[in-house]
Amino acid sequence: MHGAATAGHREDGVTGPAPTPPAALLSIRALRVDLRAEGELRRVIHDVTLDVAEGESVGLVGESGSGKSMTARAVARLLPEGAVTGGEIVFDGEPVLTLRGAALRRFRRGGIATIFQDPAAHINPVRTIGDHLTEGLRLVRGVDAREAERRAAAMLGEVGIAGGERRLRQHPHELSGGMLQRVMIASVLLDEPRLILADEPTTALDVTTQSEVMALLSELSRERRLAMLYITHDLELAAGVCDRTAVMYAGAVMEVQRSAALNDGPLNPYTAALLAARPRVDARSDRLEAIAGRPRSAFEAPEGCVFADRCPHVEDACVAERQELRPLAGGLVRCRRAEELRGRLGHA
Amino acid sequence: MPEPVVAVEDLRKEFPVPGAPGLVAVDDVSFELERGESLAVIGESGSGKTTLARMLVGLETPTAGRIEIDGEDRSRPGRRARERLERGRRIQLVFQNPYSSLDRRQPARACIAEMLDLHFGLSPDERDARVRELCEQVGLDERQAGALPRALSGGQRQRVAIARALAVRPQVLVLDEAVASLDVSIQAQILNLLADIRAQEDISYIVVSHDLAVVRQISDKGFVMEHGRVVERGSTVDLLDAPQHPYTQLLRRSVPGPGWTPQRRQRGVHA
Repeated sequence: MHGAATAGHREDGVTGPAPTPPAALLSIRALRVDLRAEGELRRVIHDVTLDVAEGESVGLVGESGSGKSMTARAVARLLPEGAVTGGEIVFDGEPVLTLRGAALRRFRRGGIATIFQDPAAHINPVRTIGDHLTEGLRLVRGVDAREAERRAAAMLGEVGIAGGERRLRQHPHELSGGMLQRVMIASVLLDEPRLILADEPTTALDVTTQSEVMALLSELSRERRLAMLYITHDLELAAGVCDRTAVMYAGAVMEVQRSAALNDGPLNPYTAALLAARPRVDARSDRLEAIAGRPRSAFEAPEGCVFADRCPHVEDACVAERQELRPLAGGLVRCRRAEELRGRLGHA
Repeated sequence: MPEPVVAVEDLRKEFPVPGAPGLVAVDDVSFELERGESLAVIGESGSGKTTLARMLVGLETPTAGRIEIDGEDRSRPGRRARERLERGRRIQLVFQNPYSSLDRRQPARACIAEMLDLHFGLSPDERDARVRELCEQVGLDERQAGALPRALSGGQRQRVAIARALAVRPQVLVLDEAVASLDVSIQAQILNLLADIRAQEDISYIVVSHDLAVVRQISDKGFVMEHGRVVERGSTVDLLDAPQHPYTQLLRRSVPGPGWTPQRRQRGVHA
């Protein structure tokens, strides 16, 4: 990998992963991403495999450096300049990583819309809320200005903002953070996407506002049968909102399960450790079960299992070989001791 | 009954707004903190909790009311350096973001040593021994103690900030969202560390936080603030298990947990 690698440049040919099941709207197979830092390539994602079905919401949970946001950026084709990718992302039957030109523009216009953590950074501060909401309708879909405004105001009502007509003439600084995130959701819904990528959409908000914004987002996406890939550091928040939850660590998906099962029956020791480390609102523990050391990024992860150096269940063989994601108990897990540890990992 | 280490009475802070009535950030707040106790100040943004914390350590001047720390009147920030240092030896603040509260050109060890030099006339040997002791207490190894903040992780930086605050052996540590920006696995380490410190030292905490799970873990009692006012107070267990005020109830309901689903308060809200 030398010379001018561009964003989305593929390092290899087709790596031959399993064929995409027809049900998946979004299918990520053995995704690998290297970013250029200080003149060298650094691995930030080494193996992400994940499906999101039509109308399904999937949580992607991880600590800092886990690669969860970079996965979202790869899906949205928003990786930084010079990123090198491997593996495959297929959206609605089309490979995403190789899209170029008109096909890439079509993909960005229609299929996937992103909600970011900081809405203020993604709305032009000198233009009105109305400009922001109607721009796509007017310029991309050719809707006339009056009709675009009508639709935008109606959509503001949908996301719980009263007085839509008046709001359209306001500027971003006149709205609170929670309000702006609602505007973001409205603008995303106006795009009529099939998949929403929500990247920590409520992390900057107060807890009570977070609860409302998440309720809104899941209600509206359910009503419209929209799929959602929801990126967060908060396992319990993901579980409360998503049908399935994937847990990432050091650039790899460690486990995917139905959200309802994750809390009581984690399959991967990392998930179990994460659940046990979180203080609980309903009971104090004498001592939190902290995970020794700090979270690793993909490029500094150990050679064998990426969690081996912090795992309480590590054995010699774990250190020796990289683990693959494999099916277990209706979910997917990356741990060679998963069968043996099953049922012993859940916390009280 | 021994006298409380912190006693706050009818504390008020108004910020002037040009051409309008002042903004009341803290509205007649009173509380007492006993020695060795941990008190939670619970609130969301705009509740006034951080302004309250800043008044306690002397970074803001109250508009009205009284602050007593260790039996001394500390209602206003000290005018002379000696007064400010005296206050600093009794109460210390740990901020949310250790990266912005540490000098980026100062290694951890030097940062702690500077604090000791400022407050105590220790010999170089005594000082270095105390720096080592503090680093060990908060779990910083030799390499980390010699490193600049940018070479440390968020959790390690927060350990440096805690060591710096502990250097003066304060009676009260104000933790303003001190674990809010840390990863879950690191947050657990720091919460355990804070519990250890309270078990070892004669120290009281004021835990300023929006996170009810953190509040449960490290406080004995607390109060909930909304728009500058205390809306409910009690033992941590009562506040979280049987909240009485509608706002406390809303806060409690908003915390994700097993079986939780997000809720909408109403359709049509205001900015």
